[in-house]
Amino acid sequence: MEEKIQLQTRDLVKKYGDDTILNGIDLKVRKGEVVVLLGPSGCGKSTLLRCLNGLETVDSGEVLLDGEPITAHGKNMSQMRQKIGMVFQSYDLFPHKTILGNVILAPVKVQHRSRQDAEAEAEVLLRRVGLWEKRGAWPRQLSGGQKQRVAIARALMMHPEVMLFDEVTAALDPEMVREVLDVMIELAGQGMTMVIVTHEMQFARAVADRILFLDQGRFVEEASPEQFFTQPKSQRAKAFLKTFTFDRCATTENSVVI
Amino acid sequence: MDFSFVQNYLPMYAQAALLTVRIGCFGILAAVLVGIICSMILYFKIPVLQAVATVYIELSRNTPLLVQLFFLYFGLPKIGVRISAEGCAVIGLAFLGGSYMTEAFRSGLESIDRIQTESAGSLGMNAGQTMRYVIFPQALAISVPALVANVIFLIKETSVVSAIALADLMYVAKDLIGLYYQTKEALIMLVAFYLILLLPVSVIGTLVERRLRYAGFGA
Ligand SMILES: Nc1ncnc2c1ncn2[C@@H]1O[C@H](COP(=O)(O)OP(=O)(O)O)[C@@H](O)[C@H]1O
Ligand SMILES: [Mg+2]
Repeated sequence: MEEKIQLQTRDLVKKYGDDTILNGIDLKVRKGEVVVLLGPSGCGKSTLLRCLNGLETVDSGEVLLDGEPITAHGKNMSQMRQKIGMVFQSYDLFPHKTILGNVILAPVKVQHRSRQDAEAEAEVLLRRVGLWEKRGAWPRQLSGGQKQRVAIARALMMHPEVMLFDEVTAALDPEMVREVLDVMIELAGQGMTMVIVTHEMQFARAVADRILFLDQGRFVEEASPEQFFTQPKSQRAKAFLKTFTFDRCATTENSVVI
Repeated sequence: MDFSFVQNYLPMYAQAALLTVRIGCFGILAAVLVGIICSMILYFKIPVLQAVATVYIELSRNTPLLVQLFFLYFGLPKIGVRISAEGCAVIGLAFLGGSYMTEAFRSGLESIDRIQTESAGSLGMNAGQTMRYVIFPQALAISVPALVANVIFLIKETSVVSAIALADLMYVAKDLIGLYYQTKEALIMLVAFYLILLLPVSVIGTLVERRLRYAGFGA
């Protein structure tokens, strides 16, 4: 059975000045699929995600959503963006709006839904991320993990077809990482199409249907999570994974026993 | 202190103060409008208009209000444009204040993080919606202290309109000193009336600043 391709790039090239950041990216994400992008820092993961929802213009190639090209500054940009939700690494809630205000702003102003309708859905989504009690609070009164969960709820309010996550737990204290990842795992379980950039390898392994390894502007390796984490094929992927493990280095002879 | 003098000329001062308030209100309102428009032009880097705004700002900031008023009141009639003295005062104040207000809004706008624009965009907001609902409200809160300072500065600047024969507070005081030599009374009343006008502005401004800073976003 051929599944529907929801999000796709064709020979995507992105340059900053003379630096080619993305050099011919062909990505296909099927409906309901969870793709995790891995790669060393600075390899262009964020840039790729930003190209996917038109925050960056591309130098050549194209991005297609449901087979329709997305062009930055195009007339359909707003429509397309509503279908592609994004959560960023830095907390990006609107500081002058309450939690509820953050979540219903775009549904009311962009989608012209009634306030009651938006609030009713906000209640469902904020309850799902465990923050309905905080609806009257201001963003700066929330912890980093809570802010990211609100950001996810805010994106979901637009009824996106695809969700993009760019290292959403990278700036969090360790004890808050879990609560955000759990929300994402639940979302994946509900069949949301997702493209995730993360440095949480255990999470990547658990949530991904497919791992794409990006290096020097190209996909170097594509594999199932099992295969990628146990038997990576490319040297670069092996080297990358090695940076997440530590060899035992304590020497018992020299250590002081307390 | 001659209290009968004070009593006699109180209505004259009150009338003059009213003129100052009128010129101040309309001039400042117009200046805020000019400031919003110019700061938007600069923020969105709109071609051509950006250059026009920059020239205007330099012109406005680097010429005294008195010179601007003379140009409007004595210069323009030479090319057939005749505006009432009060009209000139309002336009002059707006011309001067517009650049200061632009600067106040601009610095507020530039202090808002890029990620705010991007997250609004990723929710499907267009540039106008992003500005209106996300960027401008935050920038405004940051701009308030500068805006309040500008309002006070501009009300004080209205004291030069006596130069184009408008009977404002300064004009009345000078007039009375010239006529009766009761310098002390005339000057005390002048200062008192400016304080009556400006103190409330200052106090309200401080309250608004405090509200925005401490209560506004839940700190
Ligand atoms: N706005 C920009 N201007 C110039 N170079 C940029 C810009 N944004 C990112 N880059 C460069 O592009 C490369 C990829 O960046 P990024 O996509 O953020 O990497 P990653 O998310 O994989 O760490 C980096 O070398 C970075 O320095
Ligand atoms: Mg990144």
